[in-house]
Amino acid sequence: MIEISHLNKVWRSGARTVTALDDVSLRIAAGSIFGIIGRSGAGKSTLLRTLNLLERPTSGSIRMDGQEITTLPHAELLKLRQQTGMIFQHFNLLAAKTVFDNIAWPLKATGLIRDAGARRARVLELLDLVGLSEHADKYPAQLSGGQKQRVGIARALASRPKLLLCDEATSALDPETTQSILALLADINRTLGLTIILITHEMQVIRDLCDEVAVIEQGRIIEQGSVADIFLHPRHDVTRALVAQSDPLLATILNPSRLGVTLPGLLVHLTYSGETTWQPILSQICACSPAQISILQGEVSMLKDTPYGQLLLGIQGEAADVAQIFNILDEHQVFHEIIPARTHAAPPAEASEDTENSEAHHA
Amino acid sequence: MLEALQQVYWPEILQGTWDTILMTLLPLFFTVVLGLPLGILLFITSKDKPLAQPRFYAVTALIVNLLRSMPFIILLIILIPLSRAIAGTSLGVRGAIVPLTVAATPFFARLVENVLRELDRGILEACQSMGIRLPQIIVGALLPEALPGILAAITVTGVTLISYTAMAGAVGAGGLGDIAIRYGYQRFETTVLIVSVVFLVILVNIMEWAGQRLVRHFTHW
Repeated sequence: MIEISHLNKVWRSGARTVTALDDVSLRIAAGSIFGIIGRSGAGKSTLLRTLNLLERPTSGSIRMDGQEITTLPHAELLKLRQQTGMIFQHFNLLAAKTVFDNIAWPLKATGLIRDAGARRARVLELLDLVGLSEHADKYPAQLSGGQKQRVGIARALASRPKLLLCDEATSALDPETTQSILALLADINRTLGLTIILITHEMQVIRDLCDEVAVIEQGRIIEQGSVADIFLHPRHDVTRALVAQSDPLLATILNPSRLGVTLPGLLVHLTYSGETTWQPILSQICACSPAQISILQGEVSMLKDTPYGQLLLGIQGEAADVAQIFNILDEHQVFHEIIPARTHAAPPAEASEDTENSEAHHA
Repeated sequence: MLEALQQVYWPEILQGTWDTILMTLLPLFFTVVLGLPLGILLFITSKDKPLAQPRFYAVTALIVNLLRSMPFIILLIILIPLSRAIAGTSLGVRGAIVPLTVAATPFFARLVENVLRELDRGILEACQSMGIRLPQIIVGALLPEALPGILAAITVTGVTLISYTAMAGAVGAGGLGDIAIRYGYQRFETTVLIVSVVFLVILVNIMEWAGQRLVRHFTHW
C-alpha cells in the first residue's frame, strides 16, 4: 500500500515559482496497476519521480507499507530504489553494454548478486521472462524499440522489486508493440504480484492495463477512481478530452456534428457495465415503447476485465414514451444522458447552462 | 630538389621527430590522468547534477577558463619556475612536459565535461533509479558510455599538443617545431622548414587516424 498525502513540489528559479505538484493525495493498493494520466506538463512525470525520490517533494508525505520514504537517509534511499523498478519512455539502456550486461551490471554494481554464476542465472531467467533469450549478446542499437523496452523491463525486475514505475513506457512505441508491452506488464503484475504505477497521456494504455486511474492537471489530481468509472463517466472536461482520444463515441458526444446528420428527436447516450452488458435491454425497450429508436454509434467491449457497452441512440417519440424508456433504463442501472444536439465543445460549465436539454442521471 | 633534400641533416630531423612524439605523448598521458577526473568533477558538480556545488563549480570553471585563455607562449614563460620545481629543468623535452600538461589539462577537462553532458541524461537517471552509488555509476556506466567521446577528446587534445610543442620549441624544448624555427625561419633553410612541417603533418594524421579507429572500435551504436 502506497499512501501519498498532501504532496507539493514547487520549483523556484529566481523570482518565478512553478507549482509542479499541488496538494496531491493518493492511495495505491498493493498488487494493483495504477495509472496516472494527464496532458504533457501536467506534473505526472514529477509525481512518478517523487515515488523513488528522483524528485524531492517540497512538502507532504509518501508512505510505503507504512514507512515514510521522504525522510530516509541516503543508504536507506539506495535500498528503496533497489526495491523499486523503473522503466522509461526512451528506455535509457546503456549503449556500450550488451543486453546481458545491461541487466547484469546493475545487479553487480548494487551488490545485490555478488556471485557471477548466480548473476548469470538470474539474467538468463529474466531474458527468458521477457522473451529475449537469443538476443543476450546484442547491443541495444541492434534491437527494435519493443525489444529495448523488454530489456528495460528485465533490468527493472532484476532486483525482484515490489513496485514498478513506468514513465510513459509505451509512448515511443508503435500500437502493435505497445500492445505486446502492455500484455507483458499485465502478465508480470499477475504472476509476480507486483504493484505497477504508470504515467501516460494515452487513455488507451489506461483502458487496457489499469485497475485504478487518477487524472492530473496542473499539478492537481482532478479525478480519481476505477478505470471503468472514470472512462464511462468522466466528469472533468480534461478527463473527457483524454477519454475522447481513445473513444470515438465520446468524441461524438463532445461534438455531435461528427455524426454528419441532424436527426429529429433526442440524442441519448447510454452507458452500462458489468452484468448489464449482456442483458437484452434494447429489445425490452422496443417491446414496451412505441418510440422509434435508431442506433447511431456504439461499442461493446472490455475495460481490462470489466465488460461495458456504450450506445448513442436517436429516439423519436412522445414525451411519455421517452420517460418510459428512461424508467426501463433506470431499472437496469443503465446510465443515460440526453446530448444537446447543437454543436458545442461541451465544457461542463457551458453544458450546465443547457439544463432544459440535458439531464444526467448518475446511477 | 633532391640536392636540397640531401642538405637536410636527417639525424637531427629524426631526433626532432622523436622529441616531438615524446613531448606529445608524455604530456598527453599526464593530461588524461589529471584532466579526466577534473572533467568528471566539473560535470557532477554542475547545475542539476548529483553533486551540484554551484560555488565550487564556478571557481573551478573560472580557473579552467583562465588557463585556457592564456596564450601558450606566455604560459610557457610563467611556468618556468614550476617546471624547475617539478621536472627539475625548464629546458629540453623534460622541461616542456609541465607547461604542456598545464596547458592541455583544462582544455581536455572541458572536452570531457561536454562529452558527459551530451550523454542522454536518462542514463544517469536510470542508474540512480536502480539505487547504484555515484562512483559506481561514473565508473561502470557514464565512462563506458562516454568512451568514444573521450577517445575523440584525447585525439583532439593530442593534436593540440603537437602544435603546442612547436611553440615549446621556441623556448628551448627541441622537437620539430624548434628545428623549423631555427633552421627554416632564422637561417632561411626553406627545405628544412618544409621537411619539419611535413613530418608534423604526418604525426597529426597518424594521431587522427589512430584516434578515429579507436573511437569506431568502441562505438556500439
